Amino acid sequence: MDFLRPTHWRDALDAKAHHPDATPIAGGTDVMVEINFGRRRPSTLLDLTGVPELTDWSLDDGRLRIGAGVPYARLIDELGDRLPGLAIASRTVGSPQIRNRGTLGGNLASASPAGDGHPPLLASDAEVEVQSLRGTRTVPVGEFFTGVKRHVLADDELIAAVHVAPATGAQQFSKIGTRNAMVIAVCTFAVALHPEQQRVGTGLGSAAPTPRPATEAAEFLAAELTDTDQWNRPRPLPESVVRRFGELVAATTAPIDDVRGTANYRTHAMAVMARRTLGWVWNEHRTGRQQCA
Amino acid sequence: MRLKFTVNGRQAEADDVWEGESLLYVLRERLGLPGSKNACEQGECGSCTVRLDGVAACACLVAAGQVQDREVDTVEGLAGEDELDAVQRAFVDAGAVQCGFCTPGLLVAADDLLERCPSPSDSEIRESLAGNLCRCTGYEKIMDAVRLAADRRAEEARS
Repeated sequence: MDFLRPTHWRDALDAKAHHPDATPIAGGTDVMVEINFGRRRPSTLLDLTGVPELTDWSLDDGRLRIGAGVPYARLIDELGDRLPGLAIASRTVGSPQIRNRGTLGGNLASASPAGDGHPPLLASDAEVEVQSLRGTRTVPVGEFFTGVKRHVLADDELIAAVHVAPATGAQQFSKIGTRNAMVIAVCTFAVALHPEQQRVGTGLGSAAPTPRPATEAAEFLAAELTDTDQWNRPRPLPESVVRRFGELVAATTAPIDDVRGTANYRTHAMAVMARRTLGWVWNEHRTGRQQCA
Repeated sequence: MRLKFTVNGRQAEADDVWEGESLLYVLRERLGLPGSKNACEQGECGSCTVRLDGVAACACLVAAGQVQDREVDTVEGLAGEDELDAVQRAFVDAGAVQCGFCTPGLLVAADDLLERCPSPSDSEIRESLAGNLCRCTGYEKIMDAVRLAADRRAEEARS
């Protein structure tokens, strides 16, 4: 096995171009498990923890650019106020040790259907900045995943950063697991209100082969809020609207039975989580106070 | 590959390190530091918790090559020449050690918590130790130990 340790982003791209089969490693929270258990024997490991460019984030033209190597712990500490949905999701990841090491870029590259960071990124219309020696491209996060643990990256490409707008409205996230720490999600749901665009964002996790938005549910809710002039003059939501939102979210799922839960349970739970998180964001929209479970 | 890094303030070297092996394997099998325990090898149990450049991490999930030129602190580095660290003493005094397998990881995690947060609330202690499994104690004595260590450190700081 080769071990490559670039110390500049340009060298990392060069290394990936010359070793297209190299497995990138950052926090190691997925890659090392596979190696420890003999499930994977990469010919080359490409260590990205020595690349300082990946660990920065910045605000450019009103949009956040978060380096792929920023760990969950820093998303919580440094960006929790601007990206509350992603911060709530990050707090549910593993344990302090895992959140110190696991990165947003690694979460995307692993492309697990149960990745905790994906639903809030979907709900906020994030984009993935992908680079290679050939150049840079930007992929909407909804188009990034192509299947279970599969994504659109070419062999010579690496994830450079995630671009996402700071929250302009309430955001929430809900995750079901057997305990509060160290669990792979049974299913997850994220919702974000975008009042300035009169739009709603959603993201489902662990409920289909890839993370996906609940587009119909989001459009239904946004239209309902616009038609009844609730964006500017919010009132308690009618029970029928909340219920319909949950039904439409549940209808978006394409889950499987596995060791963590059944398909039926996931579909049912998704409707419950959609109703609850909608209640939380709507209360926050009305009162300005964040709620949590 | 050859590996050079700092362990508990001292320069360490290991030769013929396989590129896919973990920091935990290097510590235990190559450097004779078996304090960090090897259990789950998937970051679930926390018994291999060390600090890498001051940040708590599971040594089983760090690739050996990732610690080149970095600083690692293990449980072996907690005690002084002749006496236990306040956290270790508190675990003994509170009866927080039964079989002892999880203890090294809990000590490092608790020490890391108290450094960041000298007087943690119960919920902060629980949250900080959520990645460290103990199958003996039921955690109550461990909670007692962390509170005791926090009190003693505060006393030491005052005196």
